[in-house]
Amino acid sequence: MGFLTAEEKGLVNGLWGKVNVDEVGGEALGRLLVVYPWTQRFFQSFGDLSSADAIMGNSKVKAHGKKVLNSFSDGLKNIDDLKGAFAKLSELHCDKLHVDPENFRLLGNVLVCVLAHHFGHEFNPQVQAAFQKVVAGVASALAHRYH
Amino acid sequence: MIMEGSRGASTQRPVLGTPGSSSATTMSLTKAEKTIILSMWGKISTQADAVGTQALERLFASYPQTKTYFPHFDLRPGSAHLRTHGAKVAAALGDAVKSIDNIAGALSKLSEMHAYVLRVDPVNFKLLSHCLLVTVASHFPADFTADAHTAWDKFLSIVSCVLTEKYR
Repeated sequence: MGFLTAEEKGLVNGLWGKVNVDEVGGEALGRLLVVYPWTQRFFQSFGDLSSADAIMGNSKVKAHGKKVLNSFSDGLKNIDDLKGAFAKLSELHCDKLHVDPENFRLLGNVLVCVLAHHFGHEFNPQVQAAFQKVVAGVASALAHRYH
Repeated sequence: MIMEGSRGASTQRPVLGTPGSSSATTMSLTKAEKTIILSMWGKISTQADAVGTQALERLFASYPQTKTYFPHFDLRPGSAHLRTHGAKVAAALGDAVKSIDNIAGALSKLSEMHAYVLRVDPVNFKLLSHCLLVTVASHFPADFTADAHTAWDKFLSIVSCVLTEKYR
């Protein structure tokens, strides 16, 4: 058995196939900045982040959220080797971006909340559990090359 | 210089020392956040038991290590133990909402129980809080705006703090 069981892979891919990655990316990043405002420290050049409405409507937030989640989505294609898939990005986040890996865990959990929000009862406890494994794996992979 | 996004007038932080603000060491809810919690609780309370139960189900599915606190329970989905305990969790949250200006007072006995009897490791409060958030998000999509998400996350953080404040 790899990182996820066959059943978990089915649950993840089944739901992910219905996700509008661009939109969910913007939503997740926006909510991260609203709910945990200290995360705004990485985005000082993004313009107006003065209210929830400003953040959720901010075009730079949406564009960056789209980028982040497309990268996450690519990673899902290599679910059994997340560390390999995210090696370069891990180095980037450490050496150039100086992002505390705790932020990857925060964003992962916000993503789970956004999926629950969008999919309602379909995002049941078993689906959530599979996604929690995925976001934990991605966060860990992104932190793996830190030094 | 690190600049924080400033909040609009509707989310002013309460001044320390004024009525409605809690101690200087814990965060507190703004008026707008309390309004959101109170109005959403009106809806949640009609399904409180189910929400509490589902949050526990999610906790045990996503974080199996949390089951170690319940060796004496049948934790299968739908079990009577789960339903009873889920109802207890929901009732406690309801008490906190009803006394939203004095959550520490409302949960004082529960806080002592967690400190001296249950001794649940503090890390687990974050896990259950997250599962409660996910449950609320999935049940009340129209209400779970970014502001509501913030309000609930803060409220559950405060409840978690209160429940662990007597640990040592």
